[in-house]
Amino acid sequence: MSTIEQLNEKMESLQQMEDGSSLKTLRHEAFSEFRKNGVPTTRHEEWKYTRLGGIMNKDYNFSLDRHSISKEDFDAYRLPGYEEANELVFINGFYSGEMSKIISEELVVMPLERAAAGEYENIITTYLGHSRNYLVDGINAMNTALMHDGVFVFCKKNADTKHPVYIYNIQDARSSNVFSQPRSLIYVSQNAKMQIVETYITIGQSESFTNQVMEVVTMQDARIEYYKIQKDHVQTNAVSTTHIIQQERGFAHAVTISMDGGIVRNNLNFIMCADHGESHMYGLYFLQCNTHADNHTIVDNIRPNCLSNQLYKGILSGHSTGVFNGKIFVRQAAQKTNAYQSNKNILMSDTATVNAKPQLEIFADDVKCSHGCTVGHLDDEGLFYLQSRGIPETKARALLIHAFAMDILEQIYLDPIRKYIDQEISERLENE
Amino acid sequence: MLSIKNLHAGIEGNEILKGINLDVKAGEIHAIMGPNGSGKSTLASVLAGRPEYEVTEGSVTFLGKDLLELSPEKRAGEGLFLGFQYPVEIAGLSTINFIKTAVNEVRKYRGEEPLDSVSFLKMMKEKMALMNMDKALLNRALNEGFSGGEKKRNEVFQMAMLEPKLSILDETDSGLDIDAIRIVANGVNKIKKEDHAVLVVTHYQRLLDFIVPDFVHVLYKGRIVKSGGKELALELEERGYDFIKNEYEVEATA
Repeated sequence: MSTIEQLNEKMESLQQMEDGSSLKTLRHEAFSEFRKNGVPTTRHEEWKYTRLGGIMNKDYNFSLDRHSISKEDFDAYRLPGYEEANELVFINGFYSGEMSKIISEELVVMPLERAAAGEYENIITTYLGHSRNYLVDGINAMNTALMHDGVFVFCKKNADTKHPVYIYNIQDARSSNVFSQPRSLIYVSQNAKMQIVETYITIGQSESFTNQVMEVVTMQDARIEYYKIQKDHVQTNAVSTTHIIQQERGFAHAVTISMDGGIVRNNLNFIMCADHGESHMYGLYFLQCNTHADNHTIVDNIRPNCLSNQLYKGILSGHSTGVFNGKIFVRQAAQKTNAYQSNKNILMSDTATVNAKPQLEIFADDVKCSHGCTVGHLDDEGLFYLQSRGIPETKARALLIHAFAMDILEQIYLDPIRKYIDQEISERLENE
Repeated sequence: MLSIKNLHAGIEGNEILKGINLDVKAGEIHAIMGPNGSGKSTLASVLAGRPEYEVTEGSVTFLGKDLLELSPEKRAGEGLFLGFQYPVEIAGLSTINFIKTAVNEVRKYRGEEPLDSVSFLKMMKEKMALMNMDKALLNRALNEGFSGGEKKRNEVFQMAMLEPKLSILDETDSGLDIDAIRIVANGVNKIKKEDHAVLVVTHYQRLLDFIVPDFVHVLYKGRIVKSGGKELALELEERGYDFIKNEYEVEATA
């Protein structure tokens, strides 16, 4: 049976599951969407540069569950600063309460199914699946249609959450290819603060494909920082969606660091559905070998007086490919919108590629929007300046690349994570 | 220390230097003057090893070594320093990290141990005092948002930290007001030691009021057409470059 047939069969069987009406309805609708749209091909405008066909044609072991990874296995992969962090663990796409650790009293964490059937039903009904309005393709629908063992995180009103939340998406590829579909909804209540770090880990040398969807709601005056770290090995592919819905004066700050992997596609959406929201998104893709990293961002300005700022930087060597597609909508009511976008790339080899595409759709007349894109090589004048001070060429190059990455690194406000990424970048530069 | 013989060099096939001869000995200060486009900055760039310039003829020896064979970083290791006319701004690289790396790379080249943090800071404090440098500048990104004066002061500060044998100052006075020139020149004078030679490349005489040269050379159309003592600079200031041009053209047509 092909992978698509197996997925269809799984979706079909999940239709029968009784776990709260909202989940059931969503799954049902997503299943028909999936059947209608299928897995996107490069003919789909939003998937022009990223080909999923090869991934979908592989065979995967769909019988892997949340128990295949032990605590000892996991220990080797924990991120720096974990001692002081809440840790949520997905194994093969299923939330594992057993492996997770919640130390903040301000957080309520439970399986999505339970949240949908209990006091959080309203939140689930309102926000879960919101991303499908923006990602009209079979891949988003596939995650929703297969939604099962996801997690719901509720951050209480006025909470000043001191401990960040680390989210690990772990795949067990030790004996066979693994296909995982983590799902989560994070609700940050009024005036609450929260920091999230998310990472992807494939254990074993077989292939993995992770199709993950996280939806986040920041309520009035809430503040969220979100850091995504992609450093998985070359046999791993991922479509990773983070969809953030912002209410009045919501503040969101996202940094996406992509350093390794096979094919990596990130969807980062900011839906500014109320006045005075503020969003910042930063990205660094530092790629080598054949890694393909595609960053698609959407900022939807629905209401007036919102600010968004995005800066994505790429450093590409080997045969790597970077894609940046930044879409900004400014709806008719969204007067006084400020929306800025910038994408800068350095090509380190003749065989690396960058595809950059800004898309601005503006329907209001009193707005400030800008976008810019550069693709170039390392600055010769800077290189000569450093060399003329006695710094050997290879080291001078490393210093300049590190300097280029610095304004993204500086946006990681969590010290242990920033130091860790900084160290990883330095190590790669030393080995080049 | 430095011996330039019949140096021809250019960029993208255009010959700019057409046979330069110059000898600089330890402890001497030489000034290279000349009108715009005469090849002053090209000479400075070729000596420091700027890659876009091509040497087509002639030789340069520096402390007994064939300078033209060495990469820019090795030239720095051997003790050559170029103060840039336009110091480069590098966002994301702190001045202090840059200088520490440079100092230790040069020490490594010279077979010396790298400085530990304590000795480095001590050395830095001394040289900063010498240059009247504001400590805040060191924690900022290299030259980013520095004023013209701050950039040039930073150049001379780097020179102090790297302890070169020959310093080439390329139009260090350009874009500076008289106070800034005085500060920079004082810095150079304080650093200057017995065995340290300086090549000052400048369009105007005013820097030479503060850094007094032993020799002045006038560069015109890629050649040194006149050499003299410090009084030559004063003469140029008074009469302008035209008299050099006229003399040269007369000679050339005679």
